[in-house]
Amino acid sequence: MQNNNNKIKFLVPLVSVLLGLLIGGIIMLVSDYDPFEAYVALFQGIIGGPYFIGETIRQMSPLILAGLAVAFAFRTGLFNIGVEGQLLVGWLASVYVGVFVDAPAIIHIPLAILAAGVAGALWGAIPGILKAKFKVHEVITTIMMNYIALYSTNEIIRQFMLAPGERTKTIKETASLSSPFLQKITDYSTLHYGIIVALIAAVIMWFILWRTTLGFELRAVGFNQHASQYAGINVSKNIVLSMAISGVFAGIAGSMEGLGTYQYMTINAAFTGVGFDGIAVALLGANSAIGVVLGAALFGGLKIGALNMQSIAGVPTELVGVVIALIIFFVACSYIVHWLMNRVNKGGKI
Amino acid sequence: MSFMDILALIIPAAIVSAAPLIFTALGGVFSERSGVVNIGLEGLMLFGAFTGAVTIYYCEQLGLGSASPWISFAAAMVVGALLASIHALASITLKADQVISGVALNFLAAGLAIFLTKKIFHAGQTPVISERISKSDIPYLSDIPFIGKLFFSNAYATSYVAVLFAVIVWYVLYKTPFGLRLRSVGEHPMAADTMGIKVPKMRYIGVLLSGAFAGLGGAVYVASISGNFTHSTITGQGFMALAAMIFGKWHPLGALGAALFFGLAQAISISGSHIPFLEDIPKVFLLIAPYVLTILALAGLVGRADAPKALGTPYEKGKR
Amino acid sequence: MEYVIEMRNIRKEFPGIVANDDITLQVKKGEIHALLGENGAGKSTLMNVLFGLYEPEEGEIYVKGNKVVNNDPNIANSLGIGMVHQHFMLVDKFTVTENIILGKEPTKSGKVDLKSAAKEVQALSDQYGLRVDPYAKVEDISVGMQQRVEILKTLYRGAEILIFDEPTAVLTPQEIVELIQIMKKLVSEGKSIILITHKLKEIIEVCDRCTVIRRGKGIGTVDVKDSNPDSLAAMMVGREVNFTVAKGIADPKESVLTIKDLVVLDSRKVPAVNGLNLNIRAGEIVGIAGVDGNGQSELLEAITGLRKISEGSIHLRDSDITNKTPRNVTRTGLAHIPQDRHKHGLVLDFSVGENMVLQTYYEKPFSNNGILKFSPIFEKANKLITEYDVRTPDAHTPARALSGGNQQKAIIAREVDRDPDFLIAAQPTRGLDVGAIEFIHSKLIEQRDKGKAVLLVSFELDEIMNVSDKIAVMYEGRIVAEVDPKQTTEQELGLLMAGGKRGTADAE
Repeated sequence: MQNNNNKIKFLVPLVSVLLGLLIGGIIMLVSDYDPFEAYVALFQGIIGGPYFIGETIRQMSPLILAGLAVAFAFRTGLFNIGVEGQLLVGWLASVYVGVFVDAPAIIHIPLAILAAGVAGALWGAIPGILKAKFKVHEVITTIMMNYIALYSTNEIIRQFMLAPGERTKTIKETASLSSPFLQKITDYSTLHYGIIVALIAAVIMWFILWRTTLGFELRAVGFNQHASQYAGINVSKNIVLSMAISGVFAGIAGSMEGLGTYQYMTINAAFTGVGFDGIAVALLGANSAIGVVLGAALFGGLKIGALNMQSIAGVPTELVGVVIALIIFFVACSYIVHWLMNRVNKGGKI
Repeated sequence: MSFMDILALIIPAAIVSAAPLIFTALGGVFSERSGVVNIGLEGLMLFGAFTGAVTIYYCEQLGLGSASPWISFAAAMVVGALLASIHALASITLKADQVISGVALNFLAAGLAIFLTKKIFHAGQTPVISERISKSDIPYLSDIPFIGKLFFSNAYATSYVAVLFAVIVWYVLYKTPFGLRLRSVGEHPMAADTMGIKVPKMRYIGVLLSGAFAGLGGAVYVASISGNFTHSTITGQGFMALAAMIFGKWHPLGALGAALFFGLAQAISISGSHIPFLEDIPKVFLLIAPYVLTILALAGLVGRADAPKALGTPYEKGKR
Repeated sequence: MEYVIEMRNIRKEFPGIVANDDITLQVKKGEIHALLGENGAGKSTLMNVLFGLYEPEEGEIYVKGNKVVNNDPNIANSLGIGMVHQHFMLVDKFTVTENIILGKEPTKSGKVDLKSAAKEVQALSDQYGLRVDPYAKVEDISVGMQQRVEILKTLYRGAEILIFDEPTAVLTPQEIVELIQIMKKLVSEGKSIILITHKLKEIIEVCDRCTVIRRGKGIGTVDVKDSNPDSLAAMMVGREVNFTVAKGIADPKESVLTIKDLVVLDSRKVPAVNGLNLNIRAGEIVGIAGVDGNGQSELLEAITGLRKISEGSIHLRDSDITNKTPRNVTRTGLAHIPQDRHKHGLVLDFSVGENMVLQTYYEKPFSNNGILKFSPIFEKANKLITEYDVRTPDAHTPARALSGGNQQKAIIAREVDRDPDFLIAAQPTRGLDVGAIEFIHSKLIEQRDKGKAVLLVSFELDEIMNVSDKIAVMYEGRIVAEVDPKQTTEQELGLLMAGGKRGTADAE
């Protein structure tokens, strides 16, 4: 029984990815592109050289964190579509600390990341409270909070932090995650230390969920609110906490952009998309820390590789968006896979 | 600037920005009333905008002239319904999580639309159309003093169609057997099932209609407001329509009112700086107002918003 | 003799259990036919077969002498079979008329003709004495009226045979009187009725004939006028299936749980527990006998802190536990084997080990400063698995993979091991096989002998009779009688549970 569960756990994402790529290939074929040439270019664009590897890893950092945010909330039975908004407020908070605080790097960087986490937590806690107190579904409130975050952060930049070029000033060197060393060994990619932050966050997420009493409660609530209540667990408290912690990850994802990739924050006309990609990453990674890292590697790789695919094979980068969408559909429809496996294994009860 | 002038500036603008929202929100009403969450409205609207832009362009090439936008509306409705059928298949037949399926739909629509744009036009956007829906005064009604100038002058025909559609949808949902059945499936699918109503069929219809309406909303946006399709044509209008539907309490006329109100907020945020006593209000408050109000409505602070009872839950026959 | 409904030799299996085993039911036209059996005897399954919701593995169904294949409620409707569901199939936000016509709406030029529909509803309502307001919304009307709407739904579709599934379970006594009049009116108009119930009083009062089923098997059909509550109860409970439980004489000591004038509202804000008093002493098992829906669930939820108490108080030894949080109550010394082990007792997707510490994970040695300590957790789990004979491959297996009996053993292990003063066991043996039942009974008695107070709630009369040292009969939110199991009979209990007076069974 458990063996089969494990098999399904690997089988569903694997089959989904293959099916997604396959249909992507068919779309290219009917659109008069050469899918083989395109996929080779895509693959080379992911790991075909230090520069590409550096770019892929750089792209992974915010994706890992956004994926962790979605996955963490999922474990408590909550769907955090608001990662995008939490990411924006985190981004702004990190840049604010990066621009306006003076401190040595050893303090400045953690402080800026902490600010991003706190901002994300507060932004995430609001839907949590609304859910726990008023039974408002978090999906709708988090979507609404995304837009509120988008317009509010833009306004704050305009009012208080504007620099030429529709953006904030660049953060001080002491708050920067950029690394000449990492750039040098990756052929001058934009790789920065953020990946270390993201990997530490993945370990922390795993630790909280699987090694602490808090994680025990969160997971219990996620699986069965009634039984949790019977066992004396405070369900409302856990819902708020779960959304807040999820928001911490999302906020720190924002600091990856603010302290790493860009070193400033722009006035955004639209969303970054990282928060939504986090949903795909978490789903593909089956909401586990290691799965999220792998899922982020795949989707981050696809996004970076797509650039090479466009320049070599002429296939628009958006094809990768289509492939990612298809993968999500297939994972979401894993009902069929489960159903099939159950049919095969009927009577396998102990 | 007189008070009349201000209103004459804002109200037509509000009606213009509201029309695409109204269509899309009505689509949302169909889907969610049947019990299927549809946060894929954004993607459906986006793909409708793409379809609309492409269809108008080719119709113009064929010399169809001012009929072009209207043909594009029909095309966008068909394509929207087709795209929505993926969401229907996933969430109704395959019992996928409806929210996840909607997220995937948004990804798919955005990716596919730009991919095809680049493929067809070798550029990031479609050519700008020349046959837009033109502004016109409504005969007779625009001559009514005061009201005529505000509501019936200098506006797009599509805006009036949108209002008309809201009334038709209300009639269909609340006055016909089809509407009664559709709503029953969203409230208590098992009760509907014991009364011989095919739950999956009704839900498919609801989702396909939502695709058609959202597609129409997107095409109307192109034909009346943007004039072409780019990656930034539809950025959030679908979600705002979702908000309008919720703020309108899942009711067609409520959604109409909410969409008009949100349109007003947008109009003021654009032209507010020209208006005395509004220029002091920071624009951001107007921009976020629709979303804040929707949250407050859901929390029961601005009148209780009750979702259909079975919203979001797949129906499994024989499960008690 | 032609029957309006004839179900011959029906067999229906679900994974692991035979719900109906060779049951035959014959209903004459114009009669009220009772289908009597305990909870879980297979009554609802049989009726769902008749209504087309389940397909039987074996057996045949005849309607008015014609053999039918009926696998869809639509077919049942067209055959003139209508079902009044125990859990009403009504759309709250719709009006009475809309609910009745749904799926078969009269129209006028494409529009639902609500006016003529309401007229038709009114006409049906007058014909059968089913008082309803056609324009009221279902969410605003009483439970009794909702039930009349359910009946009207079947009549509107031209039902000739009406199935009533436990119709009185949710009604007030006045509403029950009214329902009985309605049923009599319906048969006088030529309808036939199948009444699913386990209340003897109702059968005697309204039914012509009665088919009894027990544990999935048909026991027989009797004419009600030739029978009495004693004989029906005997058929329903079945004397030969007595489980003998080996136990010594109880030695009750000081009182452990004291409930005074308790009032608890149910989710409809109606008092479900209404002025209840109960006292349980150390070293005794008190069994609560009662028909489902007489406030048992609400009583347990009130004791365990899951439901708000409106009036009265509950003391556990010297501590006032009135309206304390569940965690607080548990720590005061309460253990709870909940009614629904899947929903309330276990986190099925957690491992057996994690479930074993569901009440204690935050305490030492299972955690320290918020960090879980897995070796003590699984050490404990393995110890309990051995001690309570929980059959599982290991402690890391998800609880979902265990059989019902082993899941229940895991819950009992977890709860009893905390060495509480007071143990609640709610339907602890429901759906379990004989071996598991015996094990669980012996554990309850072991707890009693260790000087704990035990509260047993069960719908199985023989379980209450055999395991308890004292039986408290609960009816309409009150304890209406306390009897000694050795000095009572199943018949007497059955009568008390149905709201009868003590001693009537002896007098008859």
